[in-house]
Amino acid sequence: MTTAPPRQAERAGVPAAIAAQDSPRGDKVFSTLALTAGCLILAVLFGVAVFLVVQAIPAFTADPADIQGGKGFLAYIAPIVIGTVIAAAIALVIATPISIGVALFITHFAPRRIASALGYVIDLLAAIPSVIYGAWGASFLAREISPAYVWLAENAGWIPIFSGPASATGKTILTAGIVLSVMVLPIITSLSREIFLQTPKLHEEAALALGATRWEMIKMAVFPFARPGVVSAIMLGLGRALGETMAVALVLSSGALTVSLVQSGNQTIAAEIALNFPEASGLKVATLIAAGLVLFVITLAVNMVARWIISRHKEFSGAN
Amino acid sequence: MTTTDVAPGRSKLTRGRLPGFAPWVSLAVALVLGAAAVAVPGFTPFGWGIASAIIFAIVYVAWSRAVEGGRKAADKLATCLVVGAFLVALLPLVSVIWTVLVAGIPGLLTPGFFTTSMNGVTGVFDNRAVEEGGPVIGGIYHALLGTLMITLLATLISVPVGLLTSIYLVEYGQDKPLARAITFFVDVMTGIPSIVAGLFAAAFFFLVVGPGTKTGFVAAVALSVLMIPVVVRSSEEMLKIVPNELREASYALGVRKWRTILKVVIPTAISGIASGVTLAIARVIGETAPILVTAGFATTINNSPFAGWMASLPTFIYTQILNPTSPSNPAPSDQRAWGAALVLIILVMLLNLVARIVAKAFAPKTGR
Amino acid sequence: MSKRIDVKDLNVYYGDFRAVEGVNISVAPRSVTAFIGPSGCGKSTFLRTLNRMHEVLPGARVEGQVLLDGDDLYGPGVDPVAVRSHVGMVFQRPNPFPTMSIRDNVLAGVKLNSKRLSKSDADELLESSLRGANLWNEVKDRLDKPGSGLSGGQQQRLCIARAIAVKPDVILMDEPCSALDPISTLAVEDLINELKENYTVVIVTHNMQQAARVSDKTAFFNIAGTGKPGKLIEYADTSVIFNNPSEKATEDYVSGRFG
Repeated sequence: MTTAPPRQAERAGVPAAIAAQDSPRGDKVFSTLALTAGCLILAVLFGVAVFLVVQAIPAFTADPADIQGGKGFLAYIAPIVIGTVIAAAIALVIATPISIGVALFITHFAPRRIASALGYVIDLLAAIPSVIYGAWGASFLAREISPAYVWLAENAGWIPIFSGPASATGKTILTAGIVLSVMVLPIITSLSREIFLQTPKLHEEAALALGATRWEMIKMAVFPFARPGVVSAIMLGLGRALGETMAVALVLSSGALTVSLVQSGNQTIAAEIALNFPEASGLKVATLIAAGLVLFVITLAVNMVARWIISRHKEFSGAN
Repeated sequence: MTTTDVAPGRSKLTRGRLPGFAPWVSLAVALVLGAAAVAVPGFTPFGWGIASAIIFAIVYVAWSRAVEGGRKAADKLATCLVVGAFLVALLPLVSVIWTVLVAGIPGLLTPGFFTTSMNGVTGVFDNRAVEEGGPVIGGIYHALLGTLMITLLATLISVPVGLLTSIYLVEYGQDKPLARAITFFVDVMTGIPSIVAGLFAAAFFFLVVGPGTKTGFVAAVALSVLMIPVVVRSSEEMLKIVPNELREASYALGVRKWRTILKVVIPTAISGIASGVTLAIARVIGETAPILVTAGFATTINNSPFAGWMASLPTFIYTQILNPTSPSNPAPSDQRAWGAALVLIILVMLLNLVARIVAKAFAPKTGR
Repeated sequence: MSKRIDVKDLNVYYGDFRAVEGVNISVAPRSVTAFIGPSGCGKSTFLRTLNRMHEVLPGARVEGQVLLDGDDLYGPGVDPVAVRSHVGMVFQRPNPFPTMSIRDNVLAGVKLNSKRLSKSDADELLESSLRGANLWNEVKDRLDKPGSGLSGGQQQRLCIARAIAVKPDVILMDEPCSALDPISTLAVEDLINELKENYTVVIVTHNMQQAARVSDKTAFFNIAGTGKPGKLIEYADTSVIFNNPSEKATEDYVSGRFG
């Protein structure tokens, strides 16, 4: 470390020749370029909002009878917003405990020598493209899981969410939620993992020295420290689950809003757009873009809250 | 020195510990009981594994509770759950990769899979392939070409913008309000649903060029919206770890800041930046939804990203599964879709591998 | 309460590296023993083997015996968790749990073993532990405030209170004053003097004056060079170590000629 800077400077080549042929204008140009790029990003984000709004306006101003369903934009969007929330909720209910378990396994249970390799394995889950998850969910998972739905509908059908008749193809919102949970799992895992690793060794050792078992140490030292970070990790996972398209578009055989999770039916915003946009024209385009705007606002809010928690947490842990 | 021998019998420190063979005995019991439990509804290896795992946890924890008490039992239960969570997380990974391999290899080995497009391939051919056992025709050439062109264009847009932004943040920003705003919104951008990015690009071009503008370039713009934040974040991290001594050494030689950045800072961080860019490409190459709404889906070869609909691997997979070429005989379409999925997964894994190798091989040896 | 420690032929390894070699030492109950020596001589490593805290670090292992009133800490079937509730530890930097109140910090270890601690028992234990750590008068009015709001010296005494609340047989202290100012150091040193009435206290310190002030016996550790294992050079009454050591290396070290 101590010998590094001179050697690297040499290799990077800082000969006086560069200095000689230099003019102050270069500095100005370059810093302006960098600044422009930064502002461009802000402009793009702003632009996303503006263009979506402009293109969506027709959907809000049109005669309600012309919107799909014939009852105006609100009546059109409400069920698919609810469907989106249901799918995301299923995904989080499944993914959160598993993700936290996996993150704990990698940081505190697995032998250290293989821990990072196991981390890579979980990261592979994040690398698989969403369309492949969708295809897997549609052709493998839905088929394998449909007997379970039939069983649930027969034996637990008195609970509204399992009321029958169960879908014969298994292409239900529950299947879509399971596929979504696989996709958000690596997100929640990798963030939680980082936070668990940041737990001060001092506090872990304090707990162990008091005669705590490993699990008690985790409850005393790791969880209290990591709680805000894990909450924001879950929020980021939620953002992803809300906006994910392919898993739902391919897996769910969509339809009207229903309470039952084991029947076909329900729809999410993202899947609705993907399924209809390629062939849409006129007011339908505006309606779908308006739906996209709604999705954008929801995910933006979720992400901003998550990032806000993270940044507050950073200051908090930095101060200690 | 007084010699105190170990007291005969068990000391108070050893009171109530499970013997070392306890997990193995529990496992054996669980495997046997698990097999018995699963035999009733019908034996499957998967069901056996699940049943055994649950029985193992119950036997092991109950045993521990009886011998070692509640605290130890809680610790063992937590261990079982945590290990179980990891194994459960592996299931979809293994299943997905297995499914793609098994279903994809036949498609991949079909003659002409890489060299032909879907131009002129209609349901008639697929019906004939199924009914008469002929070869499945049609391939992914047009989709592969589209994916490569769209991704290349997206990279050409994203890397300069992303890299320059990260340079602004690290070298010029110095915690100014603008830099903080950019950092915050870059983070927020990483959370934009990919389909919204697609809609943005579509809405932009509809407004500027004309309604219904769908080309490969629009798709590239959509992918850039997804790619730029990834490039900014990774490059920023890499530029931050370049030691300040290097910059100061360069300034001390009278080199201007922008040349210092170009000739000293970036070359030092280049391996990390390249690795980050590769990972960003890997991320967007599999994106489906934004391409679906910006480039449509074509069945023919389109060499121009600036005119006409363009196919890509992900949208190819999507349409082949959702709208098989021959609705009555979807098997050939499935075969093509899985073949394309295998190609896509190989591409993504290769990119990930390259990213790791680049990061490792070209990393400054003295970084840590 | 207080127990004696006998260490026999103890070697400590990190992976293949032998960090401490061949230590034999006996620590009497109700006494303060100080470990001194240059940096990296293995005294902290050795201290951590006395409650099996070294195992927390990857690859660390031990050969030999550590007997606590005759019970081998490394005997077959011994549970490190049980060992640590008999042998408490105070660390170099004060480490109260930041999210817990002062009260919860003191009771953290106790609550592990007795889930249903009655309010009166808990209050009694809280007060006796805090009094035992000379902290009661300073914090009795803010027991429900977070422990991280105290000064460094108070935090360290809070950690001592937390350790003695478990009623251990031995208290190990790993340079407990190195992060404290002189006045806080004095308060902790006074406390150590009182603790030996009830506990076996072992303290690692870099500060030779501190060793001379607080300890009854002193052990001097040294290494022959980097990469060599640390060894126990000399172990005797503190006055002997500082005034009339039998080893040349000890004399050089305590007279400030190296280290």
